[in-house]
Amino acid sequence: MARIKEKAYEWVFTALAFSSLIFLVGIVIVLFKEGFPIFKAVKAGDFLFGRFWYPTYEPPEFGIFPLILASFWVTLGALLVCVPLGVGSALYLNEMASFRQRSVLKPMVEILASIPSVVYGFFGMMIVAPVLQDLLHIPTGLCAFSASLVLGIMATPTVCSIAEDALSYVPKSFREASFAVGANRWQTLTKVVIPAAGSGISTAIILGMSRAVGETMTVLMVAGGSAVIPKSIFDPVRPMTSAIAAEMGEAPMGSMHYHSLFAIALILFLITFAFNIAAEIISRRFRIKLGHSG
Amino acid sequence: MRTKDISQKIGFAALFMCMLVTLFFLGAIIYFIAARGIKVISWEFLTQVPKAGMTQGGVAPAIVGTLYITLGAIAVSLPLGLACAIYLCEYSPKGIFVNIIRMSINNLAGVPSVVFGLFGLAVFVKFFKFGVSILSGSLTLGILALPVVISATQEALTAVPLSLREASLALGATKWETIKKIVLPTALPGILTGIILSIGRVAGETAPILFTAATFYTRRYPDSVFSEVMALPYHIYALMTEGAHPKEQTAIAYGCALILLVLVLAISGAAIFIRQRQRIRNA
Amino acid sequence: MHNNIKMKAENVDFFYGPRQALKDINLDICEKRVTAIIGPSGCGKSTFIRLLNRMNELIPNTSLKGRILLDGEDIFGQQVDAVGIRRRVGMVFQKPNPFPKSIFENVSYGLHVNGVKDKKLIEKKVVSSLEKAALWDDIKDRLHESALKLSGGQQQRLCIARCLAVEPEVLLFDEPCASLDPISTGKIEELIMELKKYYTIVIVTHNMQQAARISDHTAFFLLGELIEMGKTQDIFTAPKDKRTEDYITGRFG
Repeated sequence: MARIKEKAYEWVFTALAFSSLIFLVGIVIVLFKEGFPIFKAVKAGDFLFGRFWYPTYEPPEFGIFPLILASFWVTLGALLVCVPLGVGSALYLNEMASFRQRSVLKPMVEILASIPSVVYGFFGMMIVAPVLQDLLHIPTGLCAFSASLVLGIMATPTVCSIAEDALSYVPKSFREASFAVGANRWQTLTKVVIPAAGSGISTAIILGMSRAVGETMTVLMVAGGSAVIPKSIFDPVRPMTSAIAAEMGEAPMGSMHYHSLFAIALILFLITFAFNIAAEIISRRFRIKLGHSG
Repeated sequence: MRTKDISQKIGFAALFMCMLVTLFFLGAIIYFIAARGIKVISWEFLTQVPKAGMTQGGVAPAIVGTLYITLGAIAVSLPLGLACAIYLCEYSPKGIFVNIIRMSINNLAGVPSVVFGLFGLAVFVKFFKFGVSILSGSLTLGILALPVVISATQEALTAVPLSLREASLALGATKWETIKKIVLPTALPGILTGIILSIGRVAGETAPILFTAATFYTRRYPDSVFSEVMALPYHIYALMTEGAHPKEQTAIAYGCALILLVLVLAISGAAIFIRQRQRIRNA
Repeated sequence: MHNNIKMKAENVDFFYGPRQALKDINLDICEKRVTAIIGPSGCGKSTFIRLLNRMNELIPNTSLKGRILLDGEDIFGQQVDAVGIRRRVGMVFQKPNPFPKSIFENVSYGLHVNGVKDKKLIEKKVVSSLEKAALWDDIKDRLHESALKLSGGQQQRLCIARCLAVEPEVLLFDEPCASLDPISTGKIEELIMELKKYYTIVIVTHNMQQAARISDHTAFFLLGELIEMGKTQDIFTAPKDKRTEDYITGRFG
């Protein structure tokens, strides 16, 4: 009797443990099922590389190239902000800060990570955009540049925490060996610690990128929302996520517009999925390299 | 001074600047929202329903709505997340299943929030016909919070020393008795911290509830799980992009942003500091 | 050996993955006697003692050949439940591992999981177990304080009391004094001498003097093999095997 009860518990936990897998597969199925009909109306090539996104015109055009470009530029811009800031902060925390400084600064970085994205978007809209508009004399502050900046700030804590983890994996003995041959702390850092943590840091960057490309509210509020191919970084743009968020409310269920938004989500999912898998593979190798298993 | 010392000075100064800039933005966000939001916060703002086309009155329904959706989401993710973490830490034999599950959790954590929104729309709103409702929103956010709950619980469970499990088993306790009476109580503080952290995360999410739960303007409080609700994060967005009175709405948006920020920072901040203290104690 | 045999290992081989940790072990454990297992680190003595109450099952990727008998019954048999075996064969570990609960809850834990509900009975058994473990006088006024407040030696005696409460037939000690100071060690040794009146005891130790002081029989393990087993007195005064002699006289280890 007791043994049956034990087995029952084990089975319940095993079954529930598969929930994550079920949801992940469910998401894939839903995106395929709801997104695929668009390819009956538009060829995949035209969908991906079409230059015009006029989903509500008559006849509509479903070319998401402007949206992909927007996502690409905004993400790239965000990386230029979050990689130096995030990795730099991680290096500071791990290599320079005293124990006391660390125990104050690290929670602050985590707090920065817990601020909701809509608050970042709001901040970008109310503060960053007007300031940049005045400062740079551009027609509108709600543009790819501002979005990149705000998104970069937002992704900084993600990059910082993961990079910090990677740095803490580097064995103390590496550093000691370097000091022992007369290297100073900076040389040890750039020649020993950073190379040793290199793939761990690249994991951090990939995950930061994944976060930036999938972020919705910030770009929706700050990027300006114009779905044309941008000519400069100061043009308003509409990245993939904001197209979905802004248009789904108006797209009649079951219409081609509705299906096209699901197809965009599918592409987005595949991009972030690829990033996550890449990050996982790299970090697994990294741990094995430094002699940590699992 | 030798060149290597100069490069060290410059390098360290650069790293210090990175840290400073990061913290500067944290300060700037909190300062601007607090300074401007505090002007509209009043007892009335916190407890009244909106009036005069969203330009007057309070945002109480949005606060209540956020509370309901968040609690609902935790009610979904907590049992699933606990069970999953218990399986991974206590039961799982190493092998292909475990790797698949771990991979799913990692990838689920990386799915963009707006994609969760679409999933919720297609599955809960449309397929199960729950409509735009607290139920749909909670289920959607619950799935989003699942990886957070799992990883926090896992961290807490792995911190429980193996020797306690051995002691319990050696006394003739079964595995489940050991988990229930020894492992879970010992890990409880850590698990709670993780749950608080995921509450903070869920409360601020906007994109997943755009099409599954949120509405811009209602003067009623929700009366069942099938009601659509106002929610603070969505309300900020809506105030900035919809409606006919941008000036008045902006002021209210600052108020909402401040409430949301205080709420989330209080919740997450508490969890972060507790966890920090636990980590120091464990180190 | 003219005693009743309580436990018996028959042709036991044990593997961690592909690595063989125990080779063809044959060994008898006599009732109400102390059997010591000695040998250098990595010789398989801890592995062996953990087989006796099936604790080895907690480690994945292990395999066992041969039989281990308790009162003539194979404890790894098809119909036998590990949980039931562990109730009969208790274990005290290297490092004291009290639960982060009160002293009382620690001792009553085993009773709860074994289905004892009668509060009076539980209280009685907690007190008698603490008395048997020579801890009662130290802590009788603070039964409901956290067990983690006790000293290392007291914690270890609490772990012994916790075992005794379930009334096992065999007590396994896996280097119980490894993390204790000499005074605490002395107290534990006295306790073991006292307990052997009622229980069959197996103790793994790296401390040969300890084995000599408290055990009736001694088994010497080396590289996963049982080299020699006999009366403690014989093993320490007239070992038959050269390797046993080398170890006892400190020539390696």
